[in-house]
Order: sequence, then C-alpha cells, then structure tokens
Amino acid sequence: MKTLQSLNTGQRVNMIERLRIPFTLTKTQIFVLLGLFLLSTYSLFIGQHVSGSLSDLLSNLLSGTLFDPLQSVVIWQWRAPRICAAIFIGGALGVSGAIFQSLVKNPLGSPDITGFNVGAFTGVLLTMAFIGVHFWLVVIGAIGGGLFAAMLVYLFAYRDGMSGFRLIIVGIAVSAMLSAFNMWLSLSVSLETAMTAALWSVGSLNGITWAKLIPISLFLGILLVFSAMLVTRMKLLEMGDDLAAALGVSVHKTRLLLMLIGVCLTAAPTAITGPIAFISLAAPQIAKRLNLSKQNSKKCSLFSAALVGAFLLVTADYLAQYALPETKFPVGLVTISLGGVYLVYLISNESKN
Amino acid sequence: MTILDAQSVTLSYDKHEIAKDLSVSIPKGKFTVIVGPNACGKSTLLRALSRLLPPQKGQILLNGEDIHTLPTKDIAKRLGLLPQTATAPDGIKVTDLVARGRYPHQKWFQPWNQDDQNAVNLALEVTDTTKFASQQVDQLSGGQRQRVWVAMTLAQDTPLLLLDEPTTYLDIAHQIELLDLFKDLNLKNGRTLVAVLHDLNHACRYADNLIAMKSGRIVATGKPSDIVNESLIEEVFGLKSVIINDPISNTPMIVPKGRY
Repeated sequence: MKTLQSLNTGQRVNMIERLRIPFTLTKTQIFVLLGLFLLSTYSLFIGQHVSGSLSDLLSNLLSGTLFDPLQSVVIWQWRAPRICAAIFIGGALGVSGAIFQSLVKNPLGSPDITGFNVGAFTGVLLTMAFIGVHFWLVVIGAIGGGLFAAMLVYLFAYRDGMSGFRLIIVGIAVSAMLSAFNMWLSLSVSLETAMTAALWSVGSLNGITWAKLIPISLFLGILLVFSAMLVTRMKLLEMGDDLAAALGVSVHKTRLLLMLIGVCLTAAPTAITGPIAFISLAAPQIAKRLNLSKQNSKKCSLFSAALVGAFLLVTADYLAQYALPETKFPVGLVTISLGGVYLVYLISNESKN
Repeated sequence: MTILDAQSVTLSYDKHEIAKDLSVSIPKGKFTVIVGPNACGKSTLLRALSRLLPPQKGQILLNGEDIHTLPTKDIAKRLGLLPQTATAPDGIKVTDLVARGRYPHQKWFQPWNQDDQNAVNLALEVTDTTKFASQQVDQLSGGQRQRVWVAMTLAQDTPLLLLDEPTTYLDIAHQIELLDLFKDLNLKNGRTLVAVLHDLNHACRYADNLIAMKSGRIVATGKPSDIVNESLIEEVFGLKSVIINDPISNTPMIVPKGRY
C-alpha cells in the first residue's frame, strides 16, 4: 500500500474515466426503445378497420388517401389512448417495482407480490360502491387502498426492524386476504358495479379514453420526476441504513417518500385499469439481466425499468387483443400467465441461492 | 482539544438499555481506539457518536455543537463512518462504489465536478485500489474489498473518521497494512480517527488514546502505556495475562494466560 505522499504532492491518476456521464442511452436501451416504437406503431395502424397489412398501409399512404373518418376514430380515439396508456402505465409499474425491490433488497419484493395493487383495487371498489364513480375520487380511493395495504404489510412484518423476506411473505398473505375481500365486495354490491368490477379485477386496458389517460399521465409524470430525484438516495440505502445515514441521507424520510411514490405509481394506474400483475415484478429484473443499466449512470436504472415495463405491457396488450382470433382477453390475464412462468423461475432460482 | 464529546448519554435500542450516563471525549488530531469484550457497547457508542443513534438522555457535541441540531448532510462533510453492516450492491464497480462517498458534497444540478474526481482518485491511490478501479467489487478478495470500503470513506474527505472493526475478516498482513494506512492518515493529514478494534496488541500499538469499555461504561481511558496493566485486562475482559514490552513499538503487549 502506498503512503500518503501523494496527498502532499497532489499527484493524480487520470486513468479513471469520468464517473457520471450525462444522460446517454446504451445500445440495448436504444434497441428496446426502437422495439417499443415499432410495436406501438404497428398495433396503432395495422389490423381490423384500418389496414390489413403493412403493404396495405404503405400503398394507402403512398397513394395519398388518408384515413377515412371511421379509420381516424379507430386510430386516434380507440387505439392511440390505449397504446399510450400501456406505455405510461407499464413504465410506472416498472419504476414502482424497481423502487420496492430496492427498498426490500429482494427481487420478489414488488408491489404486485406484496398486494399493494390489490389493496389499491380494494380502494377503487370501496369508493365505487359507497362514494361514487367520480374519476379523481376513484384515484384517491386507489391510493388510499394501496397505502392501507402497505401499512398492513408493514405493521405485520415489523419486528425489530424490517426483514425483506418476512415482508414478502406477509405481503403475499395480505394480497390473498385483500383478493378475497375484493371478491366478496364484488358479490355484495349492485349488479352494475359488480360487472364493472369483474371486468377490472385482473386488469384491463379496455375503455381507456384520452379523458382518463391525460390526467393520470400527468400525475404519473410528476411521480416519475420525484422518483428520479430520489434515485441517488435510493441507491445509497441499498448499501445499508447505517452507511446511508453516515453519508448524510435521512434514512426514514427517504424510505417513507420512496414508499409513498412507489405505492402511488402502482395505485394510480390501478384506478383506471384494475390491478395489472407481474409488470412491476419482472421489468426491473429483466432490465438488470439485459444489462440495461449502466452502473455509473445512476439515473438509468429506473429509466430502464420504465422502458422494459412499457415494452412488456404494450406487448402483453397486443397479445391480449390479437393472439387468438376472435377472442380478446383483459391484458392482466396475459401478464399473469406470462409472469407466472417467470415467477416460478425466479422462486426456484432464489431458493437455489 | 476535543472534536467529539458524549456528555452523560443514555443509549438504548427500543427498551433495552445499553449504556447509562456515559461520557467520552475524542481528542482532535489523535488516533483513538475503543476496546472491550463483545456486547460491551462499543459499536453502540460509535453509532451514537456518529449521530446514527440519538441518545435518550445527554447530548453528543461535534466541535461543541449538539450533533442532533445540525443538518445530517453537513455532518457527513465533517464526520465519516465505516459501519460493519455495509453491503456492496450487486455488480457495482470499485470506482462507482468509492464515488458514492462523495454524496454529501454533491448539490442539485451540479452532480459531479473535478473536486469529486480528485477525491475519488486520491482515495483509490492511497488505499492502493487504483488497479481494481474498473473491476466489480464482488469479484475482489475480502482484504481488497475492505480497502475499497475504506477508500469510499476516504472519498468522503472528512477530518474525522469513525471505523467499526475495520480489520475484521482480514489476515494479519492486511490488518497491519490497513492500520498503517490509518496511522498515515492520522499523522500526515492530521485526521482524527476513532476505531473499534478487537486485537488489544494492535490497539496498544496504534492508539494515541485508548478507551476500555465494559458493560456500557468506560473503565479506563488514556495513553495505552499509562493505563494498560494486568488488572485492567482482568477487569475488562475477565482474563489473566502478563504485560510485556512490545519490542517493535515499545508499547504494552498483552500475553494472555489460559488454562494450558
């Protein structure tokens, strides 16, 4: 080991590159972004009522005949909000998952496993059943429900500090309880509410309109900015509470803020789509496996999770609509089926370690 | 001249009281070592001194100011702590881990500047970890990893450094290397160091000021050659021993007496 002579001579090593590079995209990120763009464009223009295939669309565009009024409605009023919703909500769910997995320090610690999204849906149902279906009331109900579920999990799992694994187990239990409660609630309310609830209970992008999407997107956008502001502190917390505190992070305040943001990022989409499972669970981990996050650019890890989340949900929604001819699923069914396979892999992988 | 003072503090976790009416002063510019048997409250004291554990009663003074009235980020520019519990995130590179030590110096919209870079380079160089800079932390050996953690704490660039058992899990050569480094930091930079150590002979050799603790109270404090004797070791550790002169450093050296 060298002595400290270098401290006095001021000699410096320049072989280490600059640590924080400004926001740039890696090749894989550009690739995912491109895939997202292509898939979105494809599902926007191709298909029933618009054009049968890519060549139809091209000849349509080249011959200068723009879309007729029906086609315009299909594209801009039906499909576009749906695809934008998939992008925004997928991104939000991905970031929410990344936040909770970081807080719990476990890849299973995501809001869809611990039941925060089911709790948000309980909030939605209660609001619709007892207060009314006013849009913002439902959103507030969803956030309230999500926070309530988070509080339940926290209370039951807290014992001389927080253990990640206990939190996950308790979360799964709370999630099951709330699902049962949701079912019971759906059965005991009016038929109309029950029908809507049933439609939503696995998460669906049906019936998304610009009027619902725009306010939610704005809200999610603000939350995403907040989470980007907290990401450095979040990374420091991953090194242990004591070290983060020693570096000047207010540990409890930061954790509380992150939890609040994470719950809102899951709950707000739930208010318009119902609980969509597995995007939060899978997106951050896939982003990590794809090596999407450059370790030295701290902002990218949440961004990558958002990117993969958006890609997953757009893909899942495309499959939900077109995978089987003449049959349309709610997107939540697709994410559950695909995510289930991933969950089995993850659990078997975790138990090996 | 003291830099850090605990004034009759009561320390406890939940309802479990660890120390009562404890007073300690850390002299400025000295290397202070805290020793004591397991569970005597050494680490608790260190956490209290570094504002991580607020005392139930009494107060902790940093340069004469109550530490719990200061903004935590300002404290982080003056006081660094290497806890035992630090975990490196998966796949993080050495430079990136060390760079995290610069957090207290960073501001909004001005995240990384030349001062930060210089501090990181210097910390890597001083701990002789420059050659691992672009490697992942989880691929290093225990000794190398510990030096990376020390580098991170050094990058924080604080005049006061608290270290909780920094030599645990290291082989003897790495222990001496690290303690030499701490002594360098103390002598050449005038940094104040406080370390919890297990090895009494290392403590006697490197410490300017030794604090011996038992069951949450201070038994003795002072220069090792002034306070270390057979009866102190017996009182603190319940161990019979012979004290001889360390032939290298002329400090007390404890030779324990067992049953064989």
